[in-house]
Amino acid sequence: MSQLNLHLKVWRQNGSQPGHFQDIDAPDIPDHASFLEMMDIINERLISKGEDPVAFDHDCREGICGMCSMQINGVPHGPEKATTTCQLHMRKFRTGDTIWVEPFRARAFPVLKDLMIDRSAFDRIQQAGGFVTVRTGAPQDANALPIGKEVADAAMDAAECIGCGACVAACKNASAMLFVSAKAGQLNSLPQGQPEKDRRTLGMVRQMDKEGFGNCTNQYECEAACPKEISVRWITKLNRDYAIASVKDAFGNSPKEAGGGD
Amino acid sequence: MSAVFDSLSRFYASSIGKKILVALTGLALIGFVLGHMIGNLLIFVGKDAINEYGHMLQTALHGGGVWIARIGLLAAVVIHIVATISLTRANRAARLTQYGQHKAQVSSKSSRIMIWSGLTILAFIVYHLLHFTVHAGNDYGTYKTTLHGETVHDVYRMVIAGFSWAPAVIFYIIAMLLLTSHLSHGFSSLFQTLGVATDKSEPLFKKLGYAFAGLILVGNCSIPIAIFFFGYGR
Repeated sequence: MSQLNLHLKVWRQNGSQPGHFQDIDAPDIPDHASFLEMMDIINERLISKGEDPVAFDHDCREGICGMCSMQINGVPHGPEKATTTCQLHMRKFRTGDTIWVEPFRARAFPVLKDLMIDRSAFDRIQQAGGFVTVRTGAPQDANALPIGKEVADAAMDAAECIGCGACVAACKNASAMLFVSAKAGQLNSLPQGQPEKDRRTLGMVRQMDKEGFGNCTNQYECEAACPKEISVRWITKLNRDYAIASVKDAFGNSPKEAGGGD
Repeated sequence: MSAVFDSLSRFYASSIGKKILVALTGLALIGFVLGHMIGNLLIFVGKDAINEYGHMLQTALHGGGVWIARIGLLAAVVIHIVATISLTRANRAARLTQYGQHKAQVSSKSSRIMIWSGLTILAFIVYHLLHFTVHAGNDYGTYKTTLHGETVHDVYRMVIAGFSWAPAVIFYIIAMLLLTSHLSHGFSSLFQTLGVATDKSEPLFKKLGYAFAGLILVGNCSIPIAIFFFGYGR
């Protein structure tokens, strides 16, 4: 085990007040520490000096909860591909490195403190359609609803999204299209999601726009930054589903006018 | 009627709705750019060929064809620009505090300057129309020639005269370079926005986009370069 001597530039901010970068020296960081453990060590040192520790989001620390964030050297979750910040290890850095640590920046993700951001915009998008309405009670037999293996696999790929917001952070427009397309696409691909498909697509896109995220310009920085490697083909599908839902919304029968039983 | 209108205005107000309009108008403009280039390359076939083509455009549908095309193109250009400016403003507003460090991993330079390449092309279109269509500040409108016993506008002489002036040639070539940049992202991008790109077709659309952008650059620039640097027709 070797020790790293690092120099950090960490974003410090209190609520909606303007923030700034603080220079923090980080000597003697074990190279087997994760990035968050490095932050823990720094915070212990700040606390022992009587200074304010750096606030940051974290929870499971095993790459599945989507809580950790941080823009590290200009890339969400740091330089490792398909890796969350908690799974990023300090051995990926060299002694003497300067590391920039910033919050994910988007108007829709206001900074709460330092590196902590409020991502409840994602929750509101989910509430606008990212679900299937099911009756409670005894479930039907699992094999009563045949689903092709390829369809199930694809839906599972979309379901990998942990909602961390790296896609928004990486996008030059702070667009949430990768997140929304994965959440909508997962359900829109499956038979259980069909009854509410159009309502879901329109509702989630409307909420996304309302939250103040930017627009997709098809540059795919989101896909490159995604720790779960969600494909931008989900965005293609969302564009298609949205176009179809909009045409039906504009020209189809409205529910009260529908004469037939359909 | 108003229910349909409400839905359509919601569609236009949405991010994806605007993008779909940008993609559709972009597709129309791509078609125009290709047709325009092929028509203009007739200058290399000869004087009569391009004059006949010009006369055909002017007189198609008893002179109405050119106006239908102009109104259609104007509508496409206006929708394309108004929607993209509105999208760009929303994009800027979506991140108020900029990163201290921000690394682009996969996006091309062309894709990041679309608004600037686009606005320069707009400025060029205005100049190009004043130069060759409105004939502002020149007497190209008086150039006449005889074709099959009929007096027609001498397009050939106008183009040769137009590209004998260095500033026009330079601006034209700069605009074509930016158009190439714009197309290199825009061409394949529209298939993504229209929801038809797949893992298999996306690399093909990308290559087609680069090939198309290159074709437009070479084809269009060949005309002023041949005239100004190699003295074609002078």
